Amino acid sequence: MTETLPGAAIPNPTDEAAINAAVDQAITAIAGAATLDELKAVRLAHSGEKSPLSLANREIGRLPKDQKALAGKLMGASRGRVNKALADRTAVLEAENDARILVEETVDVTAAPRRRRAGARHPLSTLQDRVADIFVGMGWEIAEGPEVESEWFNFDALNFKPDHPAREMQDTFFVEPPEAHLLMRTHTSPVQVRSMLEREVPIYVLCPGKVFRTDELDATHTPVFHQFEGLAIDKGLSMADLLGTLEHFTRQMFGEEAKVRLRPNYFPFTEPSAELDIFHPGAKGGPRWIEWGGCGMVNPNVLRAAGIDPDVYSGFAFGMGIERALMFRNEVADMHDMIEGDVRFSEHFGMEI
Amino acid sequence: MRIPLSWLREFAAVPAGATAEDVMAELVKVGFEEEAVHRPTDTLQGPVVVGQVLSLVKEPQTNGKTINWCQVRVVPEGQEQTLTGDGIDPSGVQGIICGAHNFVEGDKVVVTLPGAVLPGDFHISARKTYGHLSAGMIASVRELGIGEDHDGILVLSRIGLDPEVGTDAMELLGLYDEAAEINVTPDRGYAFSIRGVAREYAHATGTSFTDPATKVAAPAELSGGYGVKLNDDAPIYGKPGCDRFVARTVRGVDATRPTPPWMVSRLRLAGVRSISLPVDISNYVMFELGQPTHCYDLDKLSGDIVVRRASAGEKITTLDGKERTLDTEDLLITDDSGAIGIAGVMGGAATEVGDSTSNILVEAAHFDAVSIGRSRRRHKLPSEASKRFERGVDWQVAGIAAQRVVDLLVELAGGTADEAGTDVGTAPETITIELPAGFAAARIGIDFTDSQIVTSLEDLGAVVVKNDAGWTVTPPSWRSDLETKEDLTEEIARLVGYDKIPATLPVAPPGRGLTRVQQQRRRLIQALADTGLTEVLSYPFVSKAANDTFGTAEQGAGRSAIKLANPISEEQGYLRTSILPGLIEVAKRNHSRGFRDLALFESGLVFLPGATMGTPAIPPLGAKPADEVLDALYDGVPDQPFHLAAVLTGHDSPAAAAHSPRAWDWADALDIARLAGDVLGVDLVVTQGSHQAFHPGRTAQLALRTGEVVGYAGELHPKLLAASDMPARSVAVEINADALFEAAPDVIVARHISTFPLATQDVALVVPADVPADDVLAALREGAGELLEDVALFDVYAGKGIEEGRKSLAFGLRFRAADRTLTADEASAARESAVALAAERFGAVQR
Repeated sequence: MTETLPGAAIPNPTDEAAINAAVDQAITAIAGAATLDELKAVRLAHSGEKSPLSLANREIGRLPKDQKALAGKLMGASRGRVNKALADRTAVLEAENDARILVEETVDVTAAPRRRRAGARHPLSTLQDRVADIFVGMGWEIAEGPEVESEWFNFDALNFKPDHPAREMQDTFFVEPPEAHLLMRTHTSPVQVRSMLEREVPIYVLCPGKVFRTDELDATHTPVFHQFEGLAIDKGLSMADLLGTLEHFTRQMFGEEAKVRLRPNYFPFTEPSAELDIFHPGAKGGPRWIEWGGCGMVNPNVLRAAGIDPDVYSGFAFGMGIERALMFRNEVADMHDMIEGDVRFSEHFGMEI
Repeated sequence: MRIPLSWLREFAAVPAGATAEDVMAELVKVGFEEEAVHRPTDTLQGPVVVGQVLSLVKEPQTNGKTINWCQVRVVPEGQEQTLTGDGIDPSGVQGIICGAHNFVEGDKVVVTLPGAVLPGDFHISARKTYGHLSAGMIASVRELGIGEDHDGILVLSRIGLDPEVGTDAMELLGLYDEAAEINVTPDRGYAFSIRGVAREYAHATGTSFTDPATKVAAPAELSGGYGVKLNDDAPIYGKPGCDRFVARTVRGVDATRPTPPWMVSRLRLAGVRSISLPVDISNYVMFELGQPTHCYDLDKLSGDIVVRRASAGEKITTLDGKERTLDTEDLLITDDSGAIGIAGVMGGAATEVGDSTSNILVEAAHFDAVSIGRSRRRHKLPSEASKRFERGVDWQVAGIAAQRVVDLLVELAGGTADEAGTDVGTAPETITIELPAGFAAARIGIDFTDSQIVTSLEDLGAVVVKNDAGWTVTPPSWRSDLETKEDLTEEIARLVGYDKIPATLPVAPPGRGLTRVQQQRRRLIQALADTGLTEVLSYPFVSKAANDTFGTAEQGAGRSAIKLANPISEEQGYLRTSILPGLIEVAKRNHSRGFRDLALFESGLVFLPGATMGTPAIPPLGAKPADEVLDALYDGVPDQPFHLAAVLTGHDSPAAAAHSPRAWDWADALDIARLAGDVLGVDLVVTQGSHQAFHPGRTAQLALRTGEVVGYAGELHPKLLAASDMPARSVAVEINADALFEAAPDVIVARHISTFPLATQDVALVVPADVPADDVLAALREGAGELLEDVALFDVYAGKGIEEGRKSLAFGLRFRAADRTLTADEASAARESAVALAAERFGAVQR
């Protein structure tokens, strides 16, 4: 039984010319397919079960034995050509399709929304960490203590005589009732005293933290500010060691060009005492000397208060302001910016300083 | 301390052209910081000359005022005007309109000519006024910037001057002089004098110095003078309140004589105004020698002077006209009438020198620093005298200062000094300091030569004697601050120069790095910043109401807080027990500046008063307190835990194209707490909480596994938000971070990671609406046993299909075994046992 499409002539599988014509027809149609859908229709018409070539192929079985081999060879090659043309065209059309989709998916990257919000550290907090890291790198340890403190730790242990004007100059916040002798620490020096009482010599500690003075807030003063104080107690420490430590620190902080200058001053807790200026190579308006803090050799009375023998050990101490550093290092012009908590201030710095 | 340069030059070799700035540049080397320059010519420029009023015509004006149309000669008669310029009359006579009426024809006055500039950038020029061309101004002291008196113009005869017409009035009034203002540290009382500063200037420059004390010829001994008794029956710290009292008498003075302009000028530059000749002389000597003195009207004194402590309830009216009730610790100068002065602080009104005074008793005494300081603080009477006594005055200089006052009263006020005088008291013990050889070198790091050490100390005025071990040093009488070898070491280093100190870097022993808590604190702060929050800082000063609202819930109403004795503002007179009040203020400030989407955090100490607050006494300085005393000091310091708080308001991100920001809600606040727990490795137990600052239905209480409550998170109370003008639905969290640090595990033990396949099972449970989802989850976890890897709530549903008063919770359970592939039956069995426990505990029914 022969199955044919109505009206379609089945080419004779031994008729090379007819078969080639069918192949040519198929290849033309394949090349003409512009989309994958069109190609699907072409595939059905020219290589589907009822396509002329498929039908011709079926006819081989009916041929005399001696013609079968030749017809088989012809039909195999012919159908191979059509299948290859289909595969090639499919690959081309698929690639075109993929490329078109990617083009269609194009976005305007400049219009991207911010979905994650970048947080920020307060620069006073970041700068304190930076300072601490430099000293930790030198083998020093970081010591901390309470902000409401006993008067003894804040003054007496630091050799402030009870009625000395120096004590009054600290502009202290006292806690009620005054008979309890509690106050808000006016410097982080009480942490030095605690460190000396709690640790074994040699001691190399840095004491950063908040301190309090009864100053009204203005562009350069604030009743709450941050300090870091250093204390080293060891055998044979001298003022040269103090200077060397400060120089090393300031170079880490402000670059190799930075320098330190000491000027005579007075503090009850150090003798000799010095005012500390740093030469800041990156200062706004050009390199210059900037007053930054105080320092000196620990007064023997302070060592005695902590039970350390001043005839065996000596030490040095220094203290600087973080706010002040932020002012001259990062050009913060007004103290209000540091304490008001305006998000623009912290966010401008981000995580850096 | 202000140093008029002309004064300094009397005793130190200040170069002729040196300015105040030059002087300060030298003084800073020896430890005196620069404060300011006071230079009249910075604001006053000539020509300012002496003029004589030739004629004065009074011209009444329509406005009721009368003005004077004056002709004033400004060059000597017969000489030509050498000045030129707009408005300068070549005739040497200027026509000037003057509104003052305190002068007459013939008076010599100060004329500011056209071209002169007066303080306040007031340029003098010839100008038409009241129908005349007024070419200059007849000046008052205020217009010249040398006094407050503006009642009339300065008539030179009234200040005792009769200069030639045309004289440079600025020269005449000392206005070309200038003063350097330096900061004197509180240990160096001696430098509150020209004497002290001139010596320091000589140290700084290596030039010569003349001690003003040596220019005064004071008698070696005094006797037969006014009776003075020192009766201190209650010395403070065992030191007598007065250990020297010199009294001298000068008779027949004319107290109304004007103070000479050179003295007025120096006093003005030193910062005090001229009062009367005797008072000015007293002040002048104080500035010159550093010794405060006092002049009494001798005729108003009755009986011997007695220096004693006040009796209870005793009163005095001081020079400023105020009646003051005295404390029994106040040291007084008294006579038979009672108190006539608070020693070293302020004299009494009753014995004050006035215009009618003709006989004066001069006091130059030495008072105890502590006693004077306490009286000054008690009566809030800071004065130039008390400032010096508190910082230490040279005991030896009292007699010299008294003589100097006497000399000036004789010279300038026309008095006659009594030969007799009084000098009572006992010199303090001379101290000597042993300075071991090599000590200063070791302490400073400079190899000082013996000569450097000896010369430096001798330059200070010390007596230095060599001994076997080093030197024995006797400090000069004016250096009561020199007590120890360290003090001497500073002086040697200071005089040799701090700039000679070399730099050496000591090596610290190997350290431990940051402590655990320091690292935890950093990690916590960084994690919050990394997750999008902005760190801010606020002050710890809050109101009582704020502490009541934000204090820890359990404490109930009337929470205790630490009160400051002297707060900046009474309204914010307490220390915070919570960070939130400050943080909310910061949020409001940002909001008012137009920032609506905020996520702020702050960390810091809060202050919780303990059962014991402080200690009733303070141990003395210079010695280690006994252990129990130290323990009491430690125990008296209130608890100050480190807290972390955050406030969120608005949205999580800015609105943008193709992006819908999400409004922060209570769960975000809770999430921050959980994040804090996660980064520290601490499990936080969340339960429905109650805190007066938070929404009653949207508050999470945060606790440790031990049950310790460590904080709260949730939506702030709507009423609180409304009352404080905060946006509705703002949320907050506060945690005691110290408690978290402590709860963090020391060592985390690794878990076995199974690579066998996962089996997942979902279950929906219907439970009563008030059962917390977390409790059901815990029951499932417990009931499922060890095969359960994880369980999570993925849906909450109430409404259609669920009975009223109940809710459906959907959980995803993940099962995995450590050693095998689970069968479906094993996973189902584990799920069933999980559900069974939830059913048992909460009546949960599977949907």
